[in-house]
Amino acid sequence: MDQADDCGPNVGGLCMHMADALLSPAVGGIMWAASAAAVARSSRKIQQELDGNRIPLMGMLAAFVFTAQMINFSIPGTGSSGHLGGGLLLAILLGPDAALLATASVLVIQALFFADGGLLALGCNIFNLGFLPAFVAYPLVFRPLATGKAGQLPRALAVLLGAVVGLQLGAFGVVVETVLSGRTALTFRAFLLAMQPIHLAIGLVEGVVTLSLLAFLQKARLELPRPTEQADTAGRATVALGLLTLLLGGWVAWYASKHPDGLEWAIQRVTGQSELQGTASGWHGRLARVQATTAVLPDYQFKGSQEGSRAVTSLSGVMGGAMTLVLVAGAGWILHLRKRRA
Amino acid sequence: MVNLGDRFRDLGRMDALGSQESTLHRLDPRAKVLVTAAFALVVSSFGRYEVSGLLPFALFPVSLAILGEVPWGYLLKRIGLALPFMLVLGALNPVLDREVLLHVGPLAITGGWLSSFSMVLKLVLTVASAVVLVATTGVDGVCQALERLGLPQVFVVQIGFLHRYTFVLAEEAVRMLRARELRSNGHGLTHREFGPLAGHLLLRTWDRAQRIHQAMLARGFDGNFHMLRRSSFGPRDLLFLFAWCAIFLLLRIVNFPMLMGSLVSGGG
Amino acid sequence: MSHHIVEAIELCHRYGDGTQALTEVTFRIHHGESVALVGANGAGKSTLLQHFNGVLLPTSGAVRIGEVPLVKETLRDIRRTVGMVFQDPDDQLFSPTIGQDVAFGPLNLGLPPADVEARVRAALDRMEALSLKDKPAYRLSAGEKRRAAIATVLSMTPDILVLDEPTSGLDPRARRQLIGLLRAFHHTKIIATHDLDMVLDLCPRTLVLHEGRVKADGATREIFADEALLAACHLEKPLTMQGCLMCGEKRGI
Ligand SMILES: Nc1ncnc2c1ncn2[C@@H]1O[C@H](COP(=O)(O)OP(=O)(O)O)[C@@H](O)[C@H]1O
Ligand SMILES: [Mg+2]
Repeated sequence: MDQADDCGPNVGGLCMHMADALLSPAVGGIMWAASAAAVARSSRKIQQELDGNRIPLMGMLAAFVFTAQMINFSIPGTGSSGHLGGGLLLAILLGPDAALLATASVLVIQALFFADGGLLALGCNIFNLGFLPAFVAYPLVFRPLATGKAGQLPRALAVLLGAVVGLQLGAFGVVVETVLSGRTALTFRAFLLAMQPIHLAIGLVEGVVTLSLLAFLQKARLELPRPTEQADTAGRATVALGLLTLLLGGWVAWYASKHPDGLEWAIQRVTGQSELQGTASGWHGRLARVQATTAVLPDYQFKGSQEGSRAVTSLSGVMGGAMTLVLVAGAGWILHLRKRRA
Repeated sequence: MVNLGDRFRDLGRMDALGSQESTLHRLDPRAKVLVTAAFALVVSSFGRYEVSGLLPFALFPVSLAILGEVPWGYLLKRIGLALPFMLVLGALNPVLDREVLLHVGPLAITGGWLSSFSMVLKLVLTVASAVVLVATTGVDGVCQALERLGLPQVFVVQIGFLHRYTFVLAEEAVRMLRARELRSNGHGLTHREFGPLAGHLLLRTWDRAQRIHQAMLARGFDGNFHMLRRSSFGPRDLLFLFAWCAIFLLLRIVNFPMLMGSLVSGGG
Repeated sequence: MSHHIVEAIELCHRYGDGTQALTEVTFRIHHGESVALVGANGAGKSTLLQHFNGVLLPTSGAVRIGEVPLVKETLRDIRRTVGMVFQDPDDQLFSPTIGQDVAFGPLNLGLPPADVEARVRAALDRMEALSLKDKPAYRLSAGEKRRAAIATVLSMTPDILVLDEPTSGLDPRARRQLIGLLRAFHHTKIIATHDLDMVLDLCPRTLVLHEGRVKADGATREIFADEALLAACHLEKPLTMQGCLMCGEKRGI
């Protein structure tokens, strides 16, 4: 797949986007709530600043990252290409709060304009690509290593490590959210083993590029903000909560990965409600259950003997599906004609 | 790199579509944003193996695209761009999940095929609905809606800034890349060149941010944004919102394709 | 109406990196005057203009607007009085639509929505830009952008207009239109520019800046006739004052 633009052999941020199609409403909703809370908190802090001089800077740097993300460069010796992700860069230049808002705004525009990810997945993406680098990788990895009189080399290491950790966490987030949603057949282990090494490479590229950008700014004698040690307790609590959520999610995902509708299954498993144990594995039982709870016409396709009815069901499903598409197209055509006449 | 220019032309195209005039464009942006969100929620609520139940939902993007005069070619192109990633992920499912769940005539269909088909279908539906939303509302409209739906104002302003200056920066970036290309004998951009190139862009960005802030101060900016609120939520918007939500709910509860199919084939 | 007076007194400005951009600049501009500020690139024109509404504060010396010294405490009022049009319209048009940009200032003044609307329409109308109201800035031509940028300032109803290179980047037609519009203003005007032909059109008085110092201050036509002065300040005589290329005659000044 040489979609040079998006998912080349080795791309950064874009490939890590969660997509609506991979999400269950429960996981999407929870992540939406988490990200909305984080964005609201950061917005409040930025709004409290006096003359709002960081507001245009935030906007411009977000525009910069958005633009730079689309410039691909070749990575020597690999034949693949990469691009800037920008999460750590924004955190270093703006601090965590403004960086979260900037990244989140980029993701909103990507979701709206390029349909990268989608609306429901926005919560996941803001958490994975915005919150984790700015509120976990930056304060817990970059800042301790780069504070005070840290020399050139430790600072460089801090940038590399910060980028790698940020992307590893983000990738882990994608794995956990995907598995919990139960829309793919991938197991937790398999997906994890696929994602983390790829993102190790992406993280290193990100680190190197971030480093070269920072070096350039320093040479141009732009006054870069020095990282300071202070982190308020509320901030610490947020960070801890974010990490905890992720780890807990990982643990639950481990359990859930073999089962369709992973989160619901895992929650039942974890809370010890076992009445669904018998039916959870087979698709037949599952469908029957869903039908029973949601359909106006319960069980209409499960009468009679199992094998026979299943064949009929699927055949009628295919026929019905075809008819539905014809109907949708017909409705569209009528609308089209009516509009023409109007 | 050439993609950069392309992508931004698309961005401009989308905005141009968003400022057209149609019944749909005139609706309150909030109604459209809420309906689209409900759509994404309902579509994603279908289980892993659901295919038939998803099909009727095509009604939403299709009818809105027609009412909002969204060009088909454009819509398909956007979907096409989003598809590859999902196709790769989806292609794994038939390999991993070989349990036969269905027989269509002589054909045995495994869970993997069903689930990957379901994923792709969901992707097409959600992408199409998002494209239609922006193409009939514009980013400005979506931002206004988000602000009035309770998104923090600073964040909404931030999105506005990003959207506005992306065009300015992209123009600068395209100019710089073109100048490099003329001297490069067709060699692609290397990571070594990327640093200084993006660095220059970043420096100019930084300076511009400073100047914008000064321009804002010069017009009395004190850190607070005040917005003129124009749009009003009328009965038409309410009708739009509730009608679509009702349709989504109905389609979620009743599997019409199955119903029709079983009526026709007498299997019910 | 003495409050339209702009005055600089031994104004010096040194940037953070040590660049001495202005040295002992002194002048006084009266109510309703239209004054050009000319000088080569880097002469300090933009730096000087930015002192008139407190974007920059003097390193030493003072700026007075309408007999009020420009200091932090008076900044708010002075910014209502002095409207500043930046060199790059993209810096001034930062909102999603032009209408919102023009409304930005009046909204910050705390005016009620109806008044804001009225001012937006009036300012855009004045700049022949009413049709741009709902457009985003990136879809405007250079001339439209410039007019919109001026409208964002006019909506604040300033008494003094400060413009930084208003005709740069415009095609001849857009330039003509802009000059026509500017001529109709009765504000006190200070225009920094390289466009000496426009100066001949609009500004009876000219200040020449060279390496941060005022080299000349007087009637435009006298200054432009002083070839030695112009050459020393790296300036060229406006085309309309140069000899007629076709017939070799000098046009009357
Ligand atoms: N922000 C700044 N920091 C340092 N030096 C500056 C800055 N802005 C302008 N200068 C310097 O000040 C001098 C005057 O610049 P400027 O006022 O922009 O000139 P003009 O507008 O006449 O071209 C120049 O030497 C320029 O390099
Ligand atoms: Mg200048």
